[in-house]
Amino acid sequence: MAALRHGKYRFLAGAILPGLLLYAVFVLSPYAQAFYLALTDWTGVSGQVEIVGLDNFRRLVDDPLFLAALRNNGLLLLVVPAATIGLGLLLAALVNFGGRRGSTMVGGVRGGEFYKVAYFFPQLLSLPIIAVLWQFVYHPNEGVLNGVLRAVGLDFLARTWLGDPHLALWAVAGVLVWSSVGFYMVLFSAAMESIPRDVLEAAVLDGAGRLAVLRRVVLPLVRENVQVAFVYLGVLALDGFAVVQVMTVGPGGPDGSTEVIGLGLYRNAFTYGRFGYAAAMGVALFFLTLALAVVALRAGRREQVELS
Amino acid sequence: MTTLLDRPARRQPSTSPVRAPARRTGRFGDLAAHLFLVGWAALVTAPLLWAVLSSLKTDREILTSPWTVPATPRFDNWSRAWGEASIGSYFLNSAIVVGSALVLTMLLGALVAYALARYSFPGNRLLYHLFVAGLLFPVFLALVPLFFVVRQLGLLGTYSGLILVYTAYALPFTVFFLHGFFRSLPSALAEAAFLDGCSHWGVLFRVMLPLARPGLVSIAIFNFLGLWNQYLLPLVLNPDPDRYVLAQGLAALSVSQGYRSDWSGLFAGLTIAMLPVLAAYVLFQRQIRTGLTAGAVR
Repeated sequence: MAALRHGKYRFLAGAILPGLLLYAVFVLSPYAQAFYLALTDWTGVSGQVEIVGLDNFRRLVDDPLFLAALRNNGLLLLVVPAATIGLGLLLAALVNFGGRRGSTMVGGVRGGEFYKVAYFFPQLLSLPIIAVLWQFVYHPNEGVLNGVLRAVGLDFLARTWLGDPHLALWAVAGVLVWSSVGFYMVLFSAAMESIPRDVLEAAVLDGAGRLAVLRRVVLPLVRENVQVAFVYLGVLALDGFAVVQVMTVGPGGPDGSTEVIGLGLYRNAFTYGRFGYAAAMGVALFFLTLALAVVALRAGRREQVELS
Repeated sequence: MTTLLDRPARRQPSTSPVRAPARRTGRFGDLAAHLFLVGWAALVTAPLLWAVLSSLKTDREILTSPWTVPATPRFDNWSRAWGEASIGSYFLNSAIVVGSALVLTMLLGALVAYALARYSFPGNRLLYHLFVAGLLFPVFLALVPLFFVVRQLGLLGTYSGLILVYTAYALPFTVFFLHGFFRSLPSALAEAAFLDGCSHWGVLFRVMLPLARPGLVSIAIFNFLGLWNQYLLPLVLNPDPDRYVLAQGLAALSVSQGYRSDWSGLFAGLTIAMLPVLAAYVLFQRQIRTGLTAGAVR
């Protein structure tokens, strides 16, 4: 046994150290350095670093493009999670309870499995590839969106989707929702399937209609999944980089109408070489993400207290 | 397999006479539900189908008859995209980088997770929290320093640089997921193996890893898709066009002057990028869906 214990620490070192080393070099140390760099005016030339305190953050507040980015990420944060979760819940409810079969009369629709397979697929494609696809879909002359609108006689709805400053951000939001709904539909659907049949049966026997069952029984039971979804989608909405960078004009345009924080960070760092300033943007984004997570968790705790 | 088993059970209620009245009253609701479901299915598949159809057409056909099947399928679009537009080599780059990173992630992730989950030693909790903390931070925060770390190590624009960075960023979730999984495994088998004289490594590789197979498969699928779809990291760390990974290369093509107007070629590239994912999905759709969604709730 003593030999085994001696071997234990050798084993632990061999198992943990390689992963830890990689993680420390490429993840932990950059994260730590970012907070320091954000306080400097570094432009990438070694030896010429000066600590400028909070100057970078003061400049951020006056940077019109950064403020536009904050506004746009804020709008995405308001729209994308709500629309995605709403649609996901609706589609999951329709697939699971849209048909009337079984003793509860709240059964799944036929072909439910097919819908899940089809809806989920966009989740597997990477966002830049989805953005390339939608760049074509939104194309004013040859794009399929305007093509369909013209074909069904809705010519007046045809737009230059990505060229109009009032529409471009919504076009971006649409792509994000389009690509995410399937995933959350499947997630909610799995949660709904795991609700015990007898709970539903009891509700129906008590005389509850289908909508009442959904609102009073199903929704509270999938609330935890909705919360998880909100955090993930919030992070997606605070990002938006890949879609904006590939799909929009500029990118980030027209007139900064689709500028997002990540894009500004990328441009300042790797086009202008303002590394200190870009790091400050990263720190700002970190605190926004943190705030989002805290708000979501707080909201969760309050609901749990109410339930008990 | 499962659909075949499901079918008779599902059909039963409709043939049973007791349910018949309920079915009639539900018909309108059923129709509305189906219309909505079909509508969303169309919205999801139409752009994808359009891209695949267009990849087999001439530029003229794309413009004049977007919805018809091409008169003669133009597979030369595909070969043009694969060869001239370098989609083929981007594909190969992706395969090399993602394949290696996946193997490395699974190996290192499983080792760390196992050691932290099944052994108690001073600093265990600290290490675990250190790894899981990586999930809290947006990659954008690390981006600038990471670029210089990778450059300092002489790994900028190399396969090994990308592989190491991909692995490092996939570790937190892999450790988090597998840690929970290893904890839930029964310890009786491991103890028996120790009594039989198995070494620590022997117990891990002969007993615990085989037991953890379902968890390993889930996290491997999750990581494969995550790594295959990386964009930000290669964009910053992989500036050499010869080494572009697939998503990066396709995105660069779509904005480059030379290919902007070559719609059929770009659609072909897009289709080539989507097909392997589609094929994998058709083969493993159930595992992929449950694997990915299980990953999210943990």
